[in-house]
This record gives sequence, structure tokens and C-alpha cells, in this order.
Amino acid sequence: MIWVDTIIQGILLGGLYALFAAGLSLVFGIMRLVNLAHGDLIVMGAYLMLVLVTLLGLSPFLAVFIAMPLMFVLGWVLQKFLLNRTLGDDILPPLLVTFGLSIALQNALLEGFSADSQRLPTNALTTASVDVGPITLGVMPLLTFASAVLVIIGLNQLFYRTELGRAFRATSDDATTASLMGIKPANIFATATGIALVIVTIAALYLGLRANFDPNIGPARLIYAFEAVIIGGLGSLWGTLLGGIIIGVAQTVGAAVNPEWQILAGHVAFLVVLLVRPRGLFPRAND
Amino acid sequence: MTMLALKNVSKSFGALTVTDDASFEVPEGQALGIIGPNGAGKSTLFNLITGNLRPDEGSIHFQERDVTKVSAMERCLTGIGRSFQIPQPFEKLTVYENLLVAATHGRNLSERDVRDDCAEVLERTELIKRANTPAGQLSLLERKRLELSRAMATQPKLLLLDEIAGGLTEGECQALIRTIKDIHAQGVTIIWIEHVLHALTSVVERLLVLDFGKVIGLGDPDEIMASKEVQEIYLGIEV
Repeated sequence: MIWVDTIIQGILLGGLYALFAAGLSLVFGIMRLVNLAHGDLIVMGAYLMLVLVTLLGLSPFLAVFIAMPLMFVLGWVLQKFLLNRTLGDDILPPLLVTFGLSIALQNALLEGFSADSQRLPTNALTTASVDVGPITLGVMPLLTFASAVLVIIGLNQLFYRTELGRAFRATSDDATTASLMGIKPANIFATATGIALVIVTIAALYLGLRANFDPNIGPARLIYAFEAVIIGGLGSLWGTLLGGIIIGVAQTVGAAVNPEWQILAGHVAFLVVLLVRPRGLFPRAND
Repeated sequence: MTMLALKNVSKSFGALTVTDDASFEVPEGQALGIIGPNGAGKSTLFNLITGNLRPDEGSIHFQERDVTKVSAMERCLTGIGRSFQIPQPFEKLTVYENLLVAATHGRNLSERDVRDDCAEVLERTELIKRANTPAGQLSLLERKRLELSRAMATQPKLLLLDEIAGGLTEGECQALIRTIKDIHAQGVTIIWIEHVLHALTSVVERLLVLDFGKVIGLGDPDEIMASKEVQEIYLGIEV
């Protein structure tokens, strides 16, 4: 029974990784932009909520709803005025610019908040648990996983059921032709990054409630996000969720065998998938 | 009313003159065919009309309004639609979605307002059965039809067709001609660049011949095709 428990905890942890990864997957899927500052943006989101919680005395679950529109605007502006200028045939400029952004964000957070680790305040809800038969599940991991599933469903609905989603897909398919149809790719990309940062904010909420964070943990979150996206297959949202789950399960199983193996086991699982299915589990037909 | 008028339009790329003092008018409801050898500047002429290129000299008038300085986007909104020589559908979107994107953005409306129109266009261009197929899976004739449908979805007053019959079998070509005739019968003004001459002459009322960027003939298709100058320059026949 301990193994069933371990695997279920792993699946729920996978929800957190999927939340880390969904924004990265969205941005890559639409504009082939690899955002190396993604992890630092998650950490920044956590600090933003910490400020809101501290200054306004709000619950983190309320603060997230104030942080989301702020992060959307940040993402929109960031894409429109900085990242759009890096897009083109060459893949190097976006990598260099987002790498620089990552360093700048880390140092800005360090300057503003010091290197002390922080945590969003917990309450009764964050430590509550429910018993399902012989297994006890934390309410927070369940909420995290449910949020991840909702985010993926929401993004799929957005992509396949709405006018904006069709504009996203048309631009992703062929930005030049899309602009001939009257779509403005620069604005489409800006909106996509805005939405990605809304998801980042949700990820930041659960990151900040689950464990301590400090200005330097962004790059490690980026690695988990990357691994989840690549395991799932670039551009596939459900694949990203599955990728997150695979890493989560590998980590908890690894930790159950030997506590030192937690992180290692996640990376090993990633490498194994890469060996067996180099293009991920659900690759898109032609990329 | 004159749908389109070009007045002394010239365009050069460096030393190469691709449009040389071109002037002609297209009355509302007419179908005009444009022929000329490769490199005569036919596609450039379309780009000048749609606003993708700006002329160096001269002016372009759409519905008796000077649009020389109007952007391509705005010209599309006021009723100039075009199909491309090489079909460029959004491969991963379905046929219907391709039309929705063109119609919402090309007419500046919300999706709800254009759904029925798009279905109607697909009905007319005989693509309705393929509405939910991703565009990447279409045959060549279907891709050409989609290209035509997408231009029609923007509800153009003036439709520019760029070599839409190229590469089709005779049977497919006849099917496409029927569709274009049907669109023309609705009152849409058409300018059609085509190498498949019999397709062109079975639809258009007037023919324009372009050579080295110059308009060297304009008039009744039969007379134009019979003229010595055209046969020499365009068909390469020594007369």
C-alpha cells in the first residue's frame, strides 16, 4: 500500500510540474520561443503574491486573483516590446535575451528581497487532508492537480473553440499568411505570453504554498518544466500534463527508495523517455 | 461605376522596371483576364493593387477613390480579395476554420457574424463536405477551391485570382471554371492572371496583355488572341 500511496503522491506532484510547464508549452507552441526566464518568472510571481499578502493582509488564494491580471500585463508588455524583436529565423537571439532576462530577474529579486527563503502564509486549508480508504491525501496537492487539469482543459478550449484560439493556431501555422489575413502576429504573440504568465501565477501560488522559495530557485523549476514539455511532445498540452506526472512519479518513487535519489530519479526518467521516444510521447505531426 | 483604375503606374526594383506606365480600368461586374510571359510583371501588378507593394509613380483608384497610399489591410476591408498562385492554407486548421479566420479578420467582424456566410461560401465552392478536414489533407483541386473560398469569405467586391487553374487536370479545371463563373454571375468583379488560356477565355470579357511591365494589348479576348503582336510576343510564334 505504501507504493500506491507513493505513486498517487507522485501523480499529484506532477500537477505542479505541469503547471510549471503549461506556460512554457503554450509560448513555444505558438511562436517557437524558448523562454529561459520562465522559472524566474514563476519565482517572481511568488514574490508578487508575497508582497500582496504582506501589504494588504490578503489570503494567498485572493492575492492570486490580483496577481493574475498584473502578470498578464507584464507578459503582454514583455512580449510586445522585447521578445517580439528577438523572433526570426535565427533561434539564438531569443535564447540569449531570455537568458539575460533570467539573470536580471534573479538579481533584481535578490536586491529587493534578499537571499532569505520565503513562504506564502499557510492556513488550515493548506495543511488539511482527506482520507480515501487507507490513503491520506493532502488537500493542497489535490488542489494543485485539479488546477493543472483545469488549466489544460481551459487552454484546449481556448485553442479549439474560440476566435482567439484559431488566430493563435493560424499564426503558429504560418505567421506571414496570417498577417495577410489581417491578423497582427505581434499582438497575438503578446496575448499568448500574457496568458502564459497568468498560468505562471497559478503555478507560483502552489510553489509558494508548498515549499520555501528564494530568488535562485527559478532555473531548477525551468528544468522540470522543460522536461515535462519534452516528455509530452512539444506543443501537446495533454502531453505536458503526462510529462509532469511522469517526472513527479519518478521523483516520489526515487525518494521512497532512497531520499537522496528524488531529483536524480526525475532526470533519469526524462533521459529514458528521450532515449525511447526522442520526439516525446505525443509529438505533433510535422515540426 | 469603375471598380478599379490604374493611372500611369510604374514600379521598379533597382534597375529592373517591373511595371511600366500601366493604365487601365475595370468596370464594375466585369471579368478581366491578364496574360503575359513569365516575368512580365503580372504578380507584381496584383501586389500593387492589393497594396503589398507601393508604386513608384502613378495612382490606383478603387471604386473611384484614390487608394494609392492606403494599406493592404484597409484595402482588404474595403473589398479587395485575392487568391495566391501557390495555395497557402493554414494546414492544421480545418477548411471551415481557415474560412472563419479569413472572414473574421478580413471583414473585422466577430466569428458569430460570419459563420453562416462561411458555410454558404463552402457550399458554393463545393467544399462543404470537406469542411471539417484539416487543410493539410486536401487534394490540389480542393486546395485551389479553398484558396478561392478563403478569398470569397472576405466578401470582396473585386476578386484577384493568381494562376488558380495551374496544375489541374482538364476535368478539375472545368470544375473550377464552373465555380468561378458562378462567383462572377453573383456580380463580383474579377481580375484573373492565368496561363491556362482556354480557362481564362471561357470566363473573362476582356483580356489584357502584359510584356516587360508594359500593357501591350487590351480588348476583346478573341481579337487579342488573334493579334499578330500578341502571338509573337506571348506565344513566341513567328508570324
